[in-house]
Amino acid sequence: MNSGLDAAPGIVAIVLVTLATLLIGTWGMRFSRTTSDFLVASRTVHPRLNASAIGGEYLSAASFLGVAGLVLLNGADMLWYPVGWTAGYLLLLVLVAAPLRRSGAYTLPDFAEARLGSRPVRAVCTLLVVAIGWLYLVPQFQGAGLTLQFAVGAPTWVGPVIVGLVVLANVTSGGMRSITFVQAFQYWLKLTALLVPALLLISVWLGDGAPRVPVGGEWLSPLGSGGRGLYVTYSLIVATFLGTMGLPHVVVRFYTNPDGRAARRTTLAVLVLLGVFYVLPPVYAALGRIYAPELAVPGKSDALVLELPAVMVGGPLGELLSAVVTAGAFAAFLSTSSGLCIAVAGVLSQDVTGRAWWSGRRLGGVAAFRLGAVVAVTVPGVLALLVPSIGVARAVGLAFAMAAATFCPLLLLGIWWRRLTDAGALAGLGVGFVGSAVAIGWTVAVGTTESWADVLMSQPAAWTVPLAFVTMVVVSRLTPQRVPVSAGRLLARLHLPEATGQAPQPARS
Amino acid sequence: MSQDAGPPPERVRVTGPPRRRTPAARSAEVDDGTRLGGMYVGSLVREQLRLAIGILAVLGVTVGALPLVFHLLPGLATHQVLGLPLSWLVLGALVYPALVALGWAYIKRAERNDADFAELAAALPPDEIVQDER
Repeated sequence: MNSGLDAAPGIVAIVLVTLATLLIGTWGMRFSRTTSDFLVASRTVHPRLNASAIGGEYLSAASFLGVAGLVLLNGADMLWYPVGWTAGYLLLLVLVAAPLRRSGAYTLPDFAEARLGSRPVRAVCTLLVVAIGWLYLVPQFQGAGLTLQFAVGAPTWVGPVIVGLVVLANVTSGGMRSITFVQAFQYWLKLTALLVPALLLISVWLGDGAPRVPVGGEWLSPLGSGGRGLYVTYSLIVATFLGTMGLPHVVVRFYTNPDGRAARRTTLAVLVLLGVFYVLPPVYAALGRIYAPELAVPGKSDALVLELPAVMVGGPLGELLSAVVTAGAFAAFLSTSSGLCIAVAGVLSQDVTGRAWWSGRRLGGVAAFRLGAVVAVTVPGVLALLVPSIGVARAVGLAFAMAAATFCPLLLLGIWWRRLTDAGALAGLGVGFVGSAVAIGWTVAVGTTESWADVLMSQPAAWTVPLAFVTMVVVSRLTPQRVPVSAGRLLARLHLPEATGQAPQPARS
Repeated sequence: MSQDAGPPPERVRVTGPPRRRTPAARSAEVDDGTRLGGMYVGSLVREQLRLAIGILAVLGVTVGALPLVFHLLPGLATHQVLGLPLSWLVLGALVYPALVALGWAYIKRAERNDADFAELAAALPPDEIVQDER
């Protein structure tokens, strides 16, 4: 793409991030011994460390590259993506965080089985965790390909392969415990890598006499035009506000909190960390409109964050800044991919690889987890090379839409409504999944938003989520005899504060 | 790396038990097993749900209403405040402190609900809260 750029600083940046990731992972490995360490870091992670880790894991390529690119391309209506991705944690906080932690389950399928006592529901949840995880991983890998292509001129398959290998090395060696340190480190790396160049770029902009953004009207408007614009924005709000709680790699992190109270505090800290980070991408987008308008075309816009420092500053300093943002972008792929890999490998090891039909015996916990991790990374890695990219942030948006239409109703009704039944859950999950899958297939195949049907399919959450909720409630009402006998007791457990009785303070580390 | 001397089963045991406090410190006494305990639990759940819905209502009429406001008043979005279009100022920056404030308000009230419940549970006469069979 940009052959004039010297490859050396980019390569150094990527190598450094990779080495730091592996080193911290190895250091964290000293603490990993048991299966519980691997899956949930034995549930002793302090809120501050955990919040950094959640932030590090959550800020993916879509946040680091995709948001700035989308805003550059489409304007202010795309600011709803980061707003929604942050607000999703507020909904997670008030509706799900503490009860989910108190449920004491390892993974989403565990929660579903504990709540509804049904193997089929568990199997469907496992399938959904894998589907959403892979849907989310593919754009991460594609973003890695783009970054490496831009930074060092490598062919697009190199990025997915390197990210895949580093993630595997880290995840299979130390599991959740070592990954917690890696993720926390990567949040601060990503913030620094976006903040420091942004400050320099702003000073350059001020030095140029603070020129205005040369476009107005449509680009500055926070909505697409007319009724469609309103629909798309509200549908995006539904998908992101409600989808966050259903993302497998987000939810699995909550099990690493010591108790429900810590889960809440962790979530609040995450809100702060995300808010600080998401102020930055729009700055890049606005400066991009002034200094690099040629990037405002589909397919190129995702490279804005990587390219802007070199365009605006130039010389060795520009190259250094480029290397810094490249390092941040690479950290974004590594951390999100690791988190997703852990989540997918976790459920695969419980429900698929741990069962080892091909040999006579079951695989042990850690061995099954490692095998699950290999599968969890390989499949989306291959998909990333085969499927055309529809833009990193947009693809991730579809993963949110699917999570919002499946796990969100299951979690909300499972936590707050005693009369949910296994039949209702199955029907709702099925409707949500099929609706989302059709919409995603349509969007990838058609690729335009000419008609209302295309618009409805490109941003499906506004109709799939209510549909899934209604289905779950109606079918549960029709099958009242299937309400689990233990439902009341379990709900009480989800909502009772752990401190009742002897009131121990949250663990200090 | 750790020391290589010990046999593998030992290593599991060394890190297992000494972990700081397991979360199983849940009250054994208040569950939904007794009638009074069940009533208290029910009221706690309702209280927390009411709080959650209240917070979400505030979110809905502030952040959630923004698209509608910008749709109905198209001039507002490009109105300049501090040299920035209002839409950018709100969506790019001001939303985030608002979300944190809402989250903080929620946590304060949720923890108070939890504490109130713990107080009530502690005040229950022992024969009312002891689980029938355990």
